Amino acid sequence: MTDLKNKAAKKSGFNRRDFFRGSGAIAAATALQTQTADAFQDQSPQIISGETTITLNVNGKDHQVKAEPRTTLLEVLRYQLDLTGAKPVSSDGSSGASTIFVDGKPMTASTILALQAAGKKIETVESLGGDAVQQAFVKYDAEQCGFCTPGFVMAVRSFLNKKPNASEAEIRSGLNGNICRCGTYANIVEAAISVAKGGN
Amino acid sequence: MAEYTWPSREATAVIGKEVDRLDGMAKATGAAKYTYDVNLKNQLIAVALGCPHAHCKITKLDVSAAEKTPGVVAVHIFEHAAVGREVEWEGELLAVVAAESEAAAKAGVAAIKLEYDELPVFVDDEDLAAAEKAGRTGKGGGKTELEREPGDDDDEDEFVEKEIARLLKESKYVVEGYYGIDAITHCCLEPHGSTVEWKDGKLLAYLSTQNVSGTDEGFANDLGITSSDVEVKCDYIGGGFGSKFAPDYWGVAAAKISKETGRPIKFLLSRDQELKIAGNRPSGYINVKIGADENGVLTVWDSVHWGTAGYKGGGVSQTVMPYVIRPKNYRRIATTVATNTAQSRAWRAPNHPQACAMSQTAIDDMAAKMGANSYDVFAANLRAGNVDSQHPDAANVYLAEMERCAELIDWKANWHPHGKGKAKGSIVDGLGMALHTWGGTANNSDCRLKVSPDGSVEAFCGSQDLGTGTRTVIAQVLAETFGLGIDQVRVNIGSSKYPASGASGGSTTVGGVCESHRRAGLDALDKLFELAAKELGVDAASLEAVGGKIRVKGSDKSIAWKKACTLLGMKPLEINASYKRGDVSTLSSSGVCGVQMAHVEVDKETGVIKVKKFVAVQDQGLVINPKTCKSQIYGAMIMGIAAALYERRITDPKSGAFVNAELADYKLARLGDIGELVVDLYEPESERQRGVIGNGEPPAISPKAAIANAVANALGVRVPVVPLTPKRVLDALAKA
Repeated sequence: MTDLKNKAAKKSGFNRRDFFRGSGAIAAATALQTQTADAFQDQSPQIISGETTITLNVNGKDHQVKAEPRTTLLEVLRYQLDLTGAKPVSSDGSSGASTIFVDGKPMTASTILALQAAGKKIETVESLGGDAVQQAFVKYDAEQCGFCTPGFVMAVRSFLNKKPNASEAEIRSGLNGNICRCGTYANIVEAAISVAKGGN
Repeated sequence: MAEYTWPSREATAVIGKEVDRLDGMAKATGAAKYTYDVNLKNQLIAVALGCPHAHCKITKLDVSAAEKTPGVVAVHIFEHAAVGREVEWEGELLAVVAAESEAAAKAGVAAIKLEYDELPVFVDDEDLAAAEKAGRTGKGGGKTELEREPGDDDDEDEFVEKEIARLLKESKYVVEGYYGIDAITHCCLEPHGSTVEWKDGKLLAYLSTQNVSGTDEGFANDLGITSSDVEVKCDYIGGGFGSKFAPDYWGVAAAKISKETGRPIKFLLSRDQELKIAGNRPSGYINVKIGADENGVLTVWDSVHWGTAGYKGGGVSQTVMPYVIRPKNYRRIATTVATNTAQSRAWRAPNHPQACAMSQTAIDDMAAKMGANSYDVFAANLRAGNVDSQHPDAANVYLAEMERCAELIDWKANWHPHGKGKAKGSIVDGLGMALHTWGGTANNSDCRLKVSPDGSVEAFCGSQDLGTGTRTVIAQVLAETFGLGIDQVRVNIGSSKYPASGASGGSTTVGGVCESHRRAGLDALDKLFELAAKELGVDAASLEAVGGKIRVKGSDKSIAWKKACTLLGMKPLEINASYKRGDVSTLSSSGVCGVQMAHVEVDKETGVIKVKKFVAVQDQGLVINPKTCKSQIYGAMIMGIAAALYERRITDPKSGAFVNAELADYKLARLGDIGELVVDLYEPESERQRGVIGNGEPPAISPKAAIANAVANALGVRVPVVPLTPKRVLDALAKA
């Protein structure tokens, strides 16, 4: 096992022999950075295989997790950190159910490799702590089975961060990256409008 | 013995009020744990291999490389995938790999060597002639009702033919139509599956299920243990819609692998497997001829419909045809079509949405033919008694709901005869409507209620909350009964170890849990009233529970709830209540109507349809929580928009492959697609007096027909098959 954090601390950078070969899985090492080793940004692509221990900054805390090149961020969040708010609905991100923030930007955890997320600031729905959007979702009953809800909450939060005073028309056209099967869209629109109006 | 009734509208403090769902914040923060989210210590993740071909004979299934794949702990081959066995639909699970991680399990699946002989495939459910030629059709039953009876000497079949021909000939207007509705899938966002573990020979199964109290037996039967050795738990379920009533063979497999490996197993279907094998709704296509008098009142209906429910055939039941608007003379015949697709499962209001989309489109085409207002034609048929509904006062309720619905969508101002609206460039608009009905008899429900000497109230019931608000409704019923706040009641559902409660299907849950909990609450209250009466020196019959007190009606004399509960002594009061389906009761009832009207815009150049406004007026007896009740209706309308405009199972005619079984391709409505939705709860005193009736199914029925009719009104041309994709719109326009 290769410990990325330790290697990073040495500031010696990655090179091929630091990693096991064999499975043929490839990740871009340019995406492998830790907070202590910005120098890695300059590295050329590396071949990585096998399980490594990396540090992920999730919800303000550093976590040591194990990841193979093929391991998605969603798998790490759900199985290693037991942060199950982000849901596995579509592996290609088309449902938006695994929406999280990476360095403040909404992304789907199912489409990011864990190794790519090292060194970035990851925030999950669990970090919001019952904020105005979540309160509005409850008040306007913008949830039924609730499986899509955390992803939608993150999408609405992100959208309103960008457009705090969004109009109804903007809300209706700006939240099409997530799918709800129970059909809570009408209520989500109401919830988002209320937050945009500073109500709730 | 308490008399089991509801308080009057004026007397309620919690029932009928918009209460936030109790688990709302748990869902919004991600704290709610679904089956997929339950992580058990040392668990393995299981991933299955689905059959890549829709009809084939397995000739080799070699899992040795999978077993050697790093991280793989166990490989299980399903019995139906043994060499020599035939598989009849794509996606059927053949083998499952349990591994230390999801990625390892996937790698194991990829290492399985499968060989098979391809066999002929048939998936074209819409083409009846092709199905007949392929020997894929079967009899689906039928029925003929005629006002006239054959004479003693008449041949019955001949008489029917002649009588229908006569009725059509004598009709002022005749419409001959073809309509259809494609198969769709349940597409639950949380796929089917379970997280299981064994402890001391007993199985604990976290199962994504609509049937908490009924699935322990399903596991037990297949595992050779007793149901008391199984606990099924489901605190939260990520969608079911009628597809999650059983452990399924993959649930049983999870339990077997867990036993074999001695480790917990998490086994949920992949997205494509979820769409391919875990639930779909039968398709329906119809050739129909109808006749009507000068007012559009139907005099005769003559139809043949067909469709598929999968490899066993099946399809839309003939019993619901023609739907709601039913003339005195009709003949209906159903033909089943067997296709190489997974067998269907119950989908919100089985048979009704298809029947509605295949019948009420024809009624609307009758209005178009007459140049009449569709509203008037529907109303004329209701007034003439051409109605088949489960509501005991159907015609009057439909007419009242139509009036309300028309006001809300401004039918009068927006109406124009079919195809005669004013175009804005290439955009035309139109109105359409549809009616529906459903039963919704309360399901069996037992519960246990505990009132403790410290005043706390806790209920236990083996029901489940599909997102409909079961928890919240139970809390409201108990809070109302005891005169307490909603937060003073603790509700426990979601375990098969709690008193049994029926499966959530057919709009039966709210009725069932209201029956059991209101009964338990009133029984408990009787006991508390006896104690309080002694304490207060009054007659127990003079007492009521309101505002956190037990008080003498119409006086200030009272005892606080908590104090009254201390009179119980050391032991809590435990009450078991039971409601059995069919028990006569004023608390619940069955049989509802419901009207929906849609206003759409269609771009004749692109074929794109937009819902401008969509209104639902729905009765459901007494409404416990208008907030969650309306949400349920909004949801049904949105699902209906998806089925009307976007979603369908697309199969490749040659390979039988379900080609759009991923969310990127299986098109559902998104937030920007829904337009303005309006829900109106129809609850006059006459409805309220009927007691509680579930509303999960009824509002999911009409959307397809209402939207298709609105499109026909806009274009003056019928787009016959839903979903009304842009291509289908353009094809219909080109053909006209």
